[in-house]
Amino acid sequence: MKKDENLNKNYEPILSKSKEWPVVQLSNNRKEFIEEVAKDSFKRIKVLRPNKTSIIEELETTLYREKQRIKRYPWKVDPKDDTEFWNKIKHRLVEISSANKTDSNDNEEKILFDIIHRYSAEIAGNFKPSRYRLTREIVKFGFSRLLNASRNNRFTAIFRNKYTLQDKIQIMGEVEQLRTLAKKGTIVLVPTHFSNLDSILIGWVIHSLGLPPFIYGAGLNLFNIKIIAYFMNSLGAYKVDRRKKNLLYIETLKTYSHLAIQRGAHSLFFPGGTRSRSGEIEKELKLGLLGSALEAQRVLYEKGNEDTKGKIYVVPVTLNYNFVLEAPLLINEHLKRKGQERYYVERDHFSSSYRIMKFLFKFFTKGSDISISIGKSMDVLGNYVDNNGVSLDSNNRHINTKDYFKFNGEITLDKQRENEYTRMLSKAIVNEYHTINRIFASHLVAFVAFQIMRSKFNNIDLYNFLRIPEEDLNIPYKEFRIKFDEIRQIVNKMDEEGKLKTAPHLYGELDDVIKMGLNNVGMYHDKRPLLKNKKEEIYTQSINTLYYYNNRLNGYDLERYF
Amino acid sequence: MAMTSKDTFKKVGVIGTGSFGSTIANILAKNSHVIIYGRDADQIANMNSSRTHRGVKLHANIEPTNNLEYLANSCSTIFPIISSSGFRSVIKQLSPFLHPYHILIHGTKGLDISIPDNQKNNDTITRNEVKTMSEVITDETVVVRVGCLAGPNLAKELSDGQPGATVIASHFDEVRREGERLLRNDRFQVYGNEDLIGIELVGVLKNIIAIAAGALNGLGMGENARGLLVSRGMVEMIYLGKALGGNTQAFLGLAGIGDLVATCNSTLSRNFTVGHRLAKGETLNDITDSMDEIAEGVNTVRIVKKLADYYKVKAPITEILHKVLFEGFKAEEALQRLMRYPFNVDISFL
Repeated sequence: MKKDENLNKNYEPILSKSKEWPVVQLSNNRKEFIEEVAKDSFKRIKVLRPNKTSIIEELETTLYREKQRIKRYPWKVDPKDDTEFWNKIKHRLVEISSANKTDSNDNEEKILFDIIHRYSAEIAGNFKPSRYRLTREIVKFGFSRLLNASRNNRFTAIFRNKYTLQDKIQIMGEVEQLRTLAKKGTIVLVPTHFSNLDSILIGWVIHSLGLPPFIYGAGLNLFNIKIIAYFMNSLGAYKVDRRKKNLLYIETLKTYSHLAIQRGAHSLFFPGGTRSRSGEIEKELKLGLLGSALEAQRVLYEKGNEDTKGKIYVVPVTLNYNFVLEAPLLINEHLKRKGQERYYVERDHFSSSYRIMKFLFKFFTKGSDISISIGKSMDVLGNYVDNNGVSLDSNNRHINTKDYFKFNGEITLDKQRENEYTRMLSKAIVNEYHTINRIFASHLVAFVAFQIMRSKFNNIDLYNFLRIPEEDLNIPYKEFRIKFDEIRQIVNKMDEEGKLKTAPHLYGELDDVIKMGLNNVGMYHDKRPLLKNKKEEIYTQSINTLYYYNNRLNGYDLERYF
Repeated sequence: MAMTSKDTFKKVGVIGTGSFGSTIANILAKNSHVIIYGRDADQIANMNSSRTHRGVKLHANIEPTNNLEYLANSCSTIFPIISSSGFRSVIKQLSPFLHPYHILIHGTKGLDISIPDNQKNNDTITRNEVKTMSEVITDETVVVRVGCLAGPNLAKELSDGQPGATVIASHFDEVRREGERLLRNDRFQVYGNEDLIGIELVGVLKNIIAIAAGALNGLGMGENARGLLVSRGMVEMIYLGKALGGNTQAFLGLAGIGDLVATCNSTLSRNFTVGHRLAKGETLNDITDSMDEIAEGVNTVRIVKKLADYYKVKAPITEILHKVLFEGFKAEEALQRLMRYPFNVDISFL
């Protein structure tokens, strides 16, 4: 029997005075920071679009796309003067291209700067310590009230204090290292992303580990909802508008993140971009924001920082759930995308305060536990670091991270090199995800059941398989039990070898473990992914949802045992 | 700790004093100060006093050394040019002196094989156990900016000052640029390629066909047979290369067709010589004993045959060569078998 390594306890804040928080300093100088972001982005874009013709071309593309956006996807949160602003840009563009240039002071660079400046003000967060504290109390209060009510099945229990969030959410892994390094350098937290709940959850984790608030790029769509907008603003969020895919916006966004990290603001982003649609751990990460961490590190070295001074540490985190509320929707989107090449418009399923309250309530009333695994901290190249922040190679020899940016003895800027490095970092993060991913009984029952079902029809492709009526897929419990035991032993062995983590409950008595898995896997869904019937058979009510939960164990080459 | 003054980095390192290593050192010496490392202290002393090596005059800019640490501390760009069988152990020795600022461009056309202890009895091998030289470097050191040299580079022609060219493959622009800056002169042309693994595999797999070409020559076959071999050999290389993680494009350039044509026609090639002497009836042991440098192709056939079995790639030339080299087959008999092999589609990889 393996002992439970639950590390839950109360952590002292590492910086007690909120004045010292980098995020506070950033927001106190908000105006100046927006200015700096705009100027820096302007410089970067000028490198990419070096002459008048290419700038004008870019401006015209941007204008066109922005007009399309305003027409086709208007959002509540959009500024009132959006149309007016872009009309003005249009007129100015017409002006400067008309023959008589001498009577106007306007030029393409000024227009470019104005757009960038607007974007940078749009993106900037608006952190206020007082609001942060208030929000934190509300969240804590609200969560524990809900939790107590749901655990006791009596409404009056809402006023009890028997359970706290710590009982429900376990934080494990390299917590002490994270806390130590957060005092020495700048943390970039990169969690997996499965559910809309993740942002709230990770915010809570950061706070309960005694870390100062992190800045976080939140989808602008979340700001459509008043409550969420309030929370997000208080939590140090900056805004990411996924509708704007033009070069100017993307460069400004990257600059924002890069400069904030450079100024020592701990940051959080979901490197997978959006929630995992298939249910598997992210294999491919978005390189843009990761690249901004790498760039910030190079600039700090250029400014004369020595090896570990103000160093940037990348910390992978996995969020492990028994069920993901959105699973049926996500997997259907995934199958649609993979199955046919037609254009797919992303709908927002998470758009009203009512839905969110319902979601939170379900989360607490369905007693399903969550664990958070904090991975080992890495430098921006993906090398592990020790508790002093020194990077180590595979033989534990010290590496000076600065040396990666040197060429013939000097630090040089080489975009292509940094793109390669970002790819290496992304690989290291994905690798760490798989190592710290925590396997629950519910993941394992889903995987074993799906693989058994699939192996009985391995002559047809996945899409045809998923179309087989569910009732033809039942598995005798005896057969399932044998296979489950085999795979359980394999994953427990992999745990001992450090290739993944298994929950302590996986070491229990076989039938109990299976029962626990069946009770928990996707337990919220109207159509349950896996159940046992009176005929002693394992069956599914939704093969797609089962497929989703099965995917959590992708990437470990376990399929070959079927 | 390495020195950081800019001047020290004008020096370039070469590891290995074999024929290709010393040829590359001579080419590099036209543009830079070169430090060349050899394992054998006596040989280094001899090179220092006589200023010749393997019958070729050493360029005045070449400094032979027996000290790896000195070389690593003095040079930021290093060219390891060692046989594949000794590659990993030399890189291990070098590793403690390397830093992430180093650039390594190797010139070894072979594969490394390391089988974990628990699989020693297992006869099958997969790509996991087989590494290209760049993979050995990133396995064993902190260096990430890695590249390789490939192409028709017959050492003797190059040291005679005949025109030639090479491909430098790397994921990093700066490695390709630096390699070009260091190597290029008016008799030596340099091309860049981004597909590092592809180019390494091309160089490795080509050696198999070179042995076969030598064997055909030894059997007294003419140009038709060679044309047949070169084109079918190319198809086989592409299939194997794809199975091992390379792209088709790599095979069509200088490092692919260019090198294949050069080695399949040249008695200067060691691999060609092995094939030639086999066809004349000598045994593999006799041949390897009498050669002062290893023909990489022999080892490559051994490894690639197993990989082809595992990945179920049709590789008739490799298979038949394996029989000739290690299973006592006569070259004559092998040729007859190959001619009966049911080839039909000419080009099926594009």
